[in-house]
Amino acid sequence: MKSIPEIQQEIVEEFEMFDDWMQRYEYMIELGKSLPLIDEKYKTEEYIIKGCQSKVWVHADLNEDKIEFTADSDAIITKGIIAILIRSFSGQPPQEILDADTSFIDKIGLKEHLSPTRANGLVSMIKQIKLYAVAYKAKAENN
Amino acid sequence: MASVDSSLTLDVEQIRNDFPILKRKVNDKPLVYFDNAATSQTPQQVIDVIVDYYSRYNANIHRGVHALSQEATDAYEQARIKIQKHFNIPNAYQTLFTAGTTHGINIVASGFASILEAGDEVIVSALEHHSNIVPWQMLCEKTGAMLKVIPMLDNGTLDMQAFDALLSDKTKLVFVNHVSNALGTVNPIEEIIKKTHAVGGAVLVDGAQAAPHIKADVQALDVDFYVVSAHKMCGPTGVGMLYGKEKWLEKLPPYQGGGEMIDQVTFEKTTYAGLPHKFEAGTPNICGGIAFGAALDYMNAIGFERIAAYEHELLEYATAKLKSIEGLRIYGESSKKTAVVSFNIEGVHPYDMGTILDKLGIAVRTGHHCAQPIMDFYKIPGTVRASFAFYNTKEEIDSLVAGVERARNMLI
Repeated sequence: MKSIPEIQQEIVEEFEMFDDWMQRYEYMIELGKSLPLIDEKYKTEEYIIKGCQSKVWVHADLNEDKIEFTADSDAIITKGIIAILIRSFSGQPPQEILDADTSFIDKIGLKEHLSPTRANGLVSMIKQIKLYAVAYKAKAENN
Repeated sequence: MASVDSSLTLDVEQIRNDFPILKRKVNDKPLVYFDNAATSQTPQQVIDVIVDYYSRYNANIHRGVHALSQEATDAYEQARIKIQKHFNIPNAYQTLFTAGTTHGINIVASGFASILEAGDEVIVSALEHHSNIVPWQMLCEKTGAMLKVIPMLDNGTLDMQAFDALLSDKTKLVFVNHVSNALGTVNPIEEIIKKTHAVGGAVLVDGAQAAPHIKADVQALDVDFYVVSAHKMCGPTGVGMLYGKEKWLEKLPPYQGGGEMIDQVTFEKTTYAGLPHKFEAGTPNICGGIAFGAALDYMNAIGFERIAAYEHELLEYATAKLKSIEGLRIYGESSKKTAVVSFNIEGVHPYDMGTILDKLGIAVRTGHHCAQPIMDFYKIPGTVRASFAFYNTKEEIDSLVAGVERARNMLI
């Protein structure tokens, strides 16, 4: 199992192959289209992330001390961003997720999506992923 | 050859030279600014006035006896007169400076809290901006008045038959925008004002989206209140105007307590200052007010008829070009529209479209445009809105059309 920094480094290297924004976005759109489907029952108000111009649903399950994330969005570029986040964080232990930094987003040329004025809610998505990690960590410690 | 009315032609290249921002690049592409309905750009003539104010005569107004204060007071009051004349307001003291349209609406809404009674009715239109819905909901909650809504039709116009049915002697207030921000529909405010007056109600018109395109004459309209923002018409943000009929302005209580709005203060009783100061508590946006006057001078020097004629040409050009794109639907197809095209492409989220267009240096607005009820009506998450100003060109519209096609190919 690769660690989060290793996976993020892989993603950075993949994006370095592209010469311009257009190719990067085309790749993100491809990633978005290939994002595994979230169970329809999680596409409800309860799992929606507020603060996005597009709708984003994120669900998390604990599987043998590791968190499995699934997610979806009605906008394709947002789905691409989700796909990158899921690849980076899904299947990792809660503590690793909490410790992970997210500067790789900057390195793959998506810095503009980190600005608080961006309505795609990348910041909210990362926050939600970290919140799930906090919750599952607390749950594990209580058991 | 068709004859061209030279009085209505406009030298766009020369005008563009007045706007330094139009020369900048975004993402290494020349900026195409089509978000004018959100805020307009500022010509050098207005920027100069702002710089001059802070460089030469920045001072608090209406208070000091010193020269700077008097110069600033004179310039501020001259700006008030420019605004008064522009909207054909009977008196300068009925021309209130505000922080913008939303502020103006809230002054009226909070004033009516002491006038409305349970059982009274307030009517808003389905085409309103959130800023023109929320204050009335709060007002109705506070007073027990009922909020009624004029529904909209599929082409983005108001259902005027339904409006007739809503009117009664219970109608105390009607609030409607002159032009819808999300769709660009020009609403029949003359008819709404006449019919509301016939049942004894008052009308507030939100002119924020109309003011950059249509020179409203508040006396000819016989409107009770009219509100605008300077930043939609080449002025700075944070300043606007509220016009009210004298009888209403006398009747409404002050909105905020503070300096400027008082006549005499003792610990027993404060008497309020006369108009307009009753509604202008505290130090106002002095520079903003003066720059608002300069912005009106700038637009009037070009001429609103010229501006409207040219923008209509842009609207027709953009509508025809965009419609030729496969799967594109335009929302709001009233025969009376300002230069706004709100659209979606089948199968493409407006957010995705906006993101790609931004990469191409094209600024449009995406989302619900603070008009969620309209989006709910069409059952869509939002639209892409391109809104044009008199400094835009057909070449820029060609860039938009090419950008939309490119984005469509990437996204579908």
